[in-house]
Amino acid sequence: MKSIFNRNADTIFDIVNISLLVLVTFLVLYPLYFIVIASFSEPDAINTGKVFLFPVGFNTTGYSRIFAEPSIWTAYKNTILYTTFGTCINIILTMSFAYPLSRKEFFARKFLTFFMMFTMYFSGGLIPTYLLMRSLGLYNTPYVMVLLPALNVFNVIIAKTNIKNSIPEELFEAASIDGCSHFTFFFKVVFPLSQTIIAVLVLYYGVAHWNEFMNGLIYLRDESLYPLQLVLRGILIQNQAAADMMGDVESFLEQQRAAELIKYGLIIVSTLPVLLIYPFLQKYFAKGVMMGSVKG
Amino acid sequence: MKKRQHIVRTLQKNWIRDWQLLVLCLLPIIYYIVFHYLPMYGVQIAFKNYVAALGITGSPWVGFRQFERFFNSYQFWPLIRNTLSLSISQLIFGFPIPILLAIMLNQLKQYRFKKFVQTVTYCPHFISIIVLTGMLYIFLSPRSGLVNIILKALGKDSIFFLGDPSWFRPVFVLSGIWQNAGWNAIIYIAALASISPDLYEAAKIDGASKFQIVRHIDIPGIIPTAVMMFILEIGKIMNIGFQKAYLMQNGLNISASEIIPTYIYKIGLIDAQFSYSAAIGLFNNVINILLLVSVNRIAQRTSEHSLW
Repeated sequence: MKSIFNRNADTIFDIVNISLLVLVTFLVLYPLYFIVIASFSEPDAINTGKVFLFPVGFNTTGYSRIFAEPSIWTAYKNTILYTTFGTCINIILTMSFAYPLSRKEFFARKFLTFFMMFTMYFSGGLIPTYLLMRSLGLYNTPYVMVLLPALNVFNVIIAKTNIKNSIPEELFEAASIDGCSHFTFFFKVVFPLSQTIIAVLVLYYGVAHWNEFMNGLIYLRDESLYPLQLVLRGILIQNQAAADMMGDVESFLEQQRAAELIKYGLIIVSTLPVLLIYPFLQKYFAKGVMMGSVKG
Repeated sequence: MKKRQHIVRTLQKNWIRDWQLLVLCLLPIIYYIVFHYLPMYGVQIAFKNYVAALGITGSPWVGFRQFERFFNSYQFWPLIRNTLSLSISQLIFGFPIPILLAIMLNQLKQYRFKKFVQTVTYCPHFISIIVLTGMLYIFLSPRSGLVNIILKALGKDSIFFLGDPSWFRPVFVLSGIWQNAGWNAIIYIAALASISPDLYEAAKIDGASKFQIVRHIDIPGIIPTAVMMFILEIGKIMNIGFQKAYLMQNGLNISASEIIPTYIYKIGLIDAQFSYSAAIGLFNNVINILLLVSVNRIAQRTSEHSLW
């Protein structure tokens, strides 16, 4: 039985635990919430610290300027294209690699696993990869954005582990007695039975493509090819393009005010697609991490 | 002779049985060769003096001259110091927080509140590094940033966080915790969920307090996972996020924010000193592998937990 001392200790434990978690939740959520309310508020009110819990005033200048800016829409379109095509390539390659690696009897399994894992620990590095992209003619083309990140070791391992655990060994044995080949088995059985893992992969790869900026920074020169994140960098961090976006505004002060609102609005516009799908698919996101944690 | 025939026959048999599996692997194999193994061939420029007109193979060998240049440059020690202090402070402060968070969540009995906290804390993981850095600039702005407004309201002087070298590491580490602590907790939550319920039953019968349960069941239960994660983190110690450091970098905080990955990028792609940059990259990669292998070996000796 619990002593009175321990029962009191438990109550204190619970109180401390719950209040700490409330604090953590607030600290994580508040900055995001602030960006949302600030994007609608009067810039002066934000700068003087009057915006805390609710938007002050109602100002949509930021959004109207964002929607009127063609370079943002080009970048948005580019990112959608890179994400869509990139993710399709990712899924096809990942699944078709994961299935053979999940077959215990496959004679090249050990070698290919090593062949893949080795690239995680040793790589050519920035410059050799850059020189190769140039000599392959991929530099400054959209292909580099979808081909370079075509496979991710971690995701292959997740998919392999999942196929191994979710599709019973006996299923292939039974099918092969009936004359089913690996091709047929892969397309008719493995693919349809792997919907959950494919959902996880689509989300992991998709978010990675959406947030990608390094490859754009290194391998793209034409602004018309830039992904959204690279354009965002110019506005949010280097403070440059915002000034171009308001040639019609007279005073410097007005420009600065609008620039602030554009930043808040852009954060929302660029992050919204990810944050909107996220709560619905959260269970899949978390599932992926669990699958990866199973050794073997 | 007989042995050779046997090997040939086994290969033939394997080939007949598995050729379709091999065909499925074909595209991934090509991908790894082209995008990962071909660049390794280019690593040789670290030992050469790369001249674009001569190409990788044609450029003259210079031995270890590029490495010597790096070791003797006045940048060498500051770079090592910045890189190590950034990743070690990230490890010290960033590593325990997900474990704490997982233990706290595990003790929570209110199912809905638990789900809510999880949803919220995973969320920042999906925000891009650009947006995260943009938010840092907004919130930490000396004139209009929320943090400085609060400081001023408390009667303190405002601080130019992103223009001050001594604030670079705290801001880097704290924003990293904000972004990833929740996500990194998932693996520990899974580890806690796999602890046998019998242990908790027994502890309850013995009248253990919650604190004692955490101390004697939860913590020992997640140590294997923690060791594995720690090894993985050590392997990344010299490879710490180029992106965030590069984006947070400016002329004012450069003395703290210049780390090896950002230096490789600048020397290589902005100054176009290809061989020198490749040499620094190779040096970094080799240190990483040595670290990973030695930590793994230590973990193997001291406990049964290891990567391989």
